[in-house]
Amino acid sequence: MTALPPLQGVRVLDLTRVWSGPLAARILADFGAEVIKVEHAAARGPATIPGPASDRASFYPDNDPGPDPYNRSAAFNKLNRSKLSLTLDLAKPSGHQAFCDLAASSDVVLENYSPRVMGNLGIGFDTLSGLNDGIIFVSMPGYGLDGPMRDSVAYGSTLDAECGIASLMGYEGGAAQRLGVALPDPVAGMHAVGAILTAVIQRQKTGKGQHIDLSQLESMACFVADEVVGFQLTGQRPVRRGNRHRWMAPHGVYPCREPDTWVFVGVATDAQWIALASVLGQPQLADDQRFATIMARHQHQDDLDPLIESWTRTRTPMGAMNGLQAASVPAGAVHSAAGVHSDPHLRERGFFVRLTHPSAGTHDYPGQPIRFSETATVFRSDAPLLGQHNRAILGGLLGYPDERIRQLEAEGIIADRPPV
Amino acid sequence: MDEPEPALRGLTVLDLSAGVAGSYCGRMLAVYGARVILVEPPSGSPLRAAGPRQPGVDAERGAAFIVNGAGKESVTLDPSTPTGRALLDRLCASADILLDDSHALRAAGITWEGLHASFPRLVVVAVSPFGESGPYAGYEALDGTLYALGGYTYLTGDPHREPIQGPENIPGYMAGANAYIGALAAVVAREQTGKGQLVEVSAMESLAAAHQWTMTRYDYNGRVQTRNNSRYDSLHPVTYYECADGTVAISPSTPDQLERMMLLIEREDMLKDPRFSTNALRIENADEFDAEVAPWFMARTRNEITEACQAYRVPCAPALEVDELLQHEQLRARGFWRAAHDPTAGDLLLPRAPFRMPASPSLDGVAPRLGQDTEAVYNSLGLDADALAGLREAHVI
Repeated sequence: MTALPPLQGVRVLDLTRVWSGPLAARILADFGAEVIKVEHAAARGPATIPGPASDRASFYPDNDPGPDPYNRSAAFNKLNRSKLSLTLDLAKPSGHQAFCDLAASSDVVLENYSPRVMGNLGIGFDTLSGLNDGIIFVSMPGYGLDGPMRDSVAYGSTLDAECGIASLMGYEGGAAQRLGVALPDPVAGMHAVGAILTAVIQRQKTGKGQHIDLSQLESMACFVADEVVGFQLTGQRPVRRGNRHRWMAPHGVYPCREPDTWVFVGVATDAQWIALASVLGQPQLADDQRFATIMARHQHQDDLDPLIESWTRTRTPMGAMNGLQAASVPAGAVHSAAGVHSDPHLRERGFFVRLTHPSAGTHDYPGQPIRFSETATVFRSDAPLLGQHNRAILGGLLGYPDERIRQLEAEGIIADRPPV
Repeated sequence: MDEPEPALRGLTVLDLSAGVAGSYCGRMLAVYGARVILVEPPSGSPLRAAGPRQPGVDAERGAAFIVNGAGKESVTLDPSTPTGRALLDRLCASADILLDDSHALRAAGITWEGLHASFPRLVVVAVSPFGESGPYAGYEALDGTLYALGGYTYLTGDPHREPIQGPENIPGYMAGANAYIGALAAVVAREQTGKGQLVEVSAMESLAAAHQWTMTRYDYNGRVQTRNNSRYDSLHPVTYYECADGTVAISPSTPDQLERMMLLIEREDMLKDPRFSTNALRIENADEFDAEVAPWFMARTRNEITEACQAYRVPCAPALEVDELLQHEQLRARGFWRAAHDPTAGDLLLPRAPFRMPASPSLDGVAPRLGQDTEAVYNSLGLDADALAGLREAHVI
């Protein structure tokens, strides 16, 4: 692995907050881009946390907010590794000027504000492309840049209901259910990276940037579009059926030995069924007419579940999974955070990356699910401290003299701690 | 002004996918102009028959194939035969990206090293449930396996019942989206290096990487998040509420939004209630909080609630059934659904791309019939009618 990372030499200005946009910019950093997080000094929260840490549901190392909680959040640090931090007050003229100076020498600007904000700050696409016609500008608001709902407010935690995913899941006969991991944000983040890379490829031919309009609702709707088309083909709404499947059986989440431990077991083929019967120690089931075909097993799945449960009840999730998988039966331990974190497969593959942060300490973070055979994935550093690179960027990159940087500090345009 | 050229014009993709993962990757490349050729076994890609289908019509056109095959060409080829393998080589010679999501290459005895030696510019994208190495590399995976191992199932459902998994195909789409951006990154890298490379994507890792902070918080302070129905883990009332005609999601995530929500439902008094005065207390007493506000929601429809909340700048949306997405005001106004005529299923509304590029048209055809482009593609490689007849005879195509 000797080649430079794919996005070596690409400079990204990350104006995004919360989840979707920071993730997109972080993936670009993983691919080797130089990502500058341009943030307001107050963006990561207040200088001190009022009240007990538990009131913030505890995102801090050992539940300790410390003297600089804005640098110590597990949520922020996960999504911002390998980036540089520049604090700027964009609403002030000298902050605006510094941003424009940076944009003139950058390749990508990424923002996830509501549609009017960038224009109101005087840093919309038209302004920036006037300074740099190669700029790739990505807006990723909830509903897109136009249409009657462009100004409606949305988070991933409302879009997961609106895009139809929630209605596809739930207990049999029960209400729509939220998936434990809200997908609209990470999915919009991945699609934003796809959009940027597509625009980078086009720019190699045309020299020109463009303004990409990514609606987080549409992004997520792409993942349920086959169900929408399925409705058009059949005229039937999908039914909520817990862990059961349209046609496979058995197909369920079965209890294991300790409280609240579980294993998923599913059977797609006759061969897997025969193997399962054997692992259960009941090979005669393979000859039972109730279970002889896919359709028969589906019809009699109420009879199947207790047979499997009586076997899983005496086992651990990992023990059950490994035993079933040894016979090629699709099974999976139901991992909690602790299970994923210590999963032997992920550990052996080196999925987690260990990074050291000057305030938050050394931690393992989920790594990059995309691996390249010839180019390195970049895990340059943990997330930056607030304003850590103010001087390096303004002085080093833009060549501002010391005096001007001190002036910006004095005016509160840049800072390395939140305003009190 | 001339119509601009599609962004990815000039890229040719050989799509050997059998599932939604690779197929989604191929479709996303096709939509902005790559030429994507489905390379199917003579019996057709298994995806054709998967998922809901129109009863009594063409068994080869399930919904997942109609959506993810859009805009692709189709040729048939059995790469496990020597002549099929030779044909695949000829296709690779003029291709930029080869997509495999089912170990099709391995099954045909084709290695990355071998491909790279013959076609040094070719980018090979290998998507699989668990990746090419590690103790689970040979494990069988259904969606339920991946939801379980990726840490999603444990977090989903009722804390007093068995956890539940997510919808079908989503793990494949997650892996497919990563395959798509990995493929593009490798094309960008090739501009500098002149060389293709292997891009490996694991679906389990795609799910594990997409958690907001579950694992990170565990690493920071040992907190193991648990499932909590439709309540968000760290803020209440960021949750779903039942209402007169279904379910709404409401997400007051700042103090201002919460105050406006309570003003809207005329329950500002609750924020002074010692049971509900801080976020930690609202999480602790969430059942009581929800019981207090439930009547307001139950007296109104999804649309009434959503409109009222949005007027108060409180994030809120209805939980839509999938068919309701077809009537969604915003999706319709932006033309997200496009009218298409499928050769056997007839008139359908199909999705466009998840983002718009003003400098590139998006191309959206329909999914191909099995082998519809076999003759044209192989003729362009110099095979004449006799040669094709011979290959058919030998069941290579």
